Amino acid sequence: MTTPDQPFEEPWQAQAFALTVHMHEQGHFTWSEWAEALSAQIHSGVERAYYGHWLTALETLIAEKGLSSAQDLNATAEAWKNAAARTPHGAPIQLSSGEPKA
Amino acid sequence: MHDHADHSHMSDIEARVRALETVLTEKGYIDPAAVDAIIQTYETEIGPRNGAHVVAKAWSDPTFRDWLAEDATAAIHSLGYASRQGEHMQAVFNAPGQHHLVVCTLCSCYPWSVLGLPPVWYKSPPFRSRAVIDPRGVLADFGLTLPQGTAITVHDSTAEMRYLVIPERPAGTDGWSEDQLATLVNRDSMIGTALADKPV
Repeated sequence: MTTPDQPFEEPWQAQAFALTVHMHEQGHFTWSEWAEALSAQIHSGVERAYYGHWLTALETLIAEKGLSSAQDLNATAEAWKNAAARTPHGAPIQLSSGEPKA
Repeated sequence: MHDHADHSHMSDIEARVRALETVLTEKGYIDPAAVDAIIQTYETEIGPRNGAHVVAKAWSDPTFRDWLAEDATAAIHSLGYASRQGEHMQAVFNAPGQHHLVVCTLCSCYPWSVLGLPPVWYKSPPFRSRAVIDPRGVLADFGLTLPQGTAITVHDSTAEMRYLVIPERPAGTDGWSEDQLATLVNRDSMIGTALADKPV
């Protein structure tokens, strides 16, 4: 229980954390609203790791605030996965907006 | 579904985070450089050393200690540690016969500005639920057994109020400088799951 630990186990966790702090600093939601959103996920009964709750809470709060829709987020996530699948290992993964360039 | 071994793979959860960042950037809600700067700050600059500085100063400077007891938010801010979420800080002082333990039963509110990001166990359901019901048992799990007569006060953090435990100053440290004292202040002692280190 007392082993030293890194704040983040994987980079996406740091990203999700920092996105939340930044969105709050930009005034998109209050910290109490955030704490409620996170608490709602943690107490939802769904089994997830902590940052899984965190990410779901952030997506939910952003949709509730009308900043983006679940559809938009899902479609963009799919586009990222497709972009990764066509990118050779080691190259930076990029979203293409139109036809793939030669 | 075709997965090429020589092509990159992105997990669902990574893709969701990327999607958030892409959509929010496109709409102008966020600045990706600022997001990276926050990660950088939390990984390198903010951590329990900040809290150790606060504790060491409280041990060596009675005026600061009084200020900390009265208005911890301002006293901590005076050392350059400002909270980003605008929450208030309260310092709770351990003393002979009195021990303090901090938990967040709601989610994982934590005094980030002075302790950095919470350890994994602080966020775990067993710690969150047991700390209030059985603080003595939780402390025993951490290897901390307090005298029977010692009262344990558990503080439940909220989005608005975060607690910093000021552990007792260890014996044998008379005449130590603030910097020397700070080396004895471990992270867990400021959450209340440990005592300050003894001088070697």
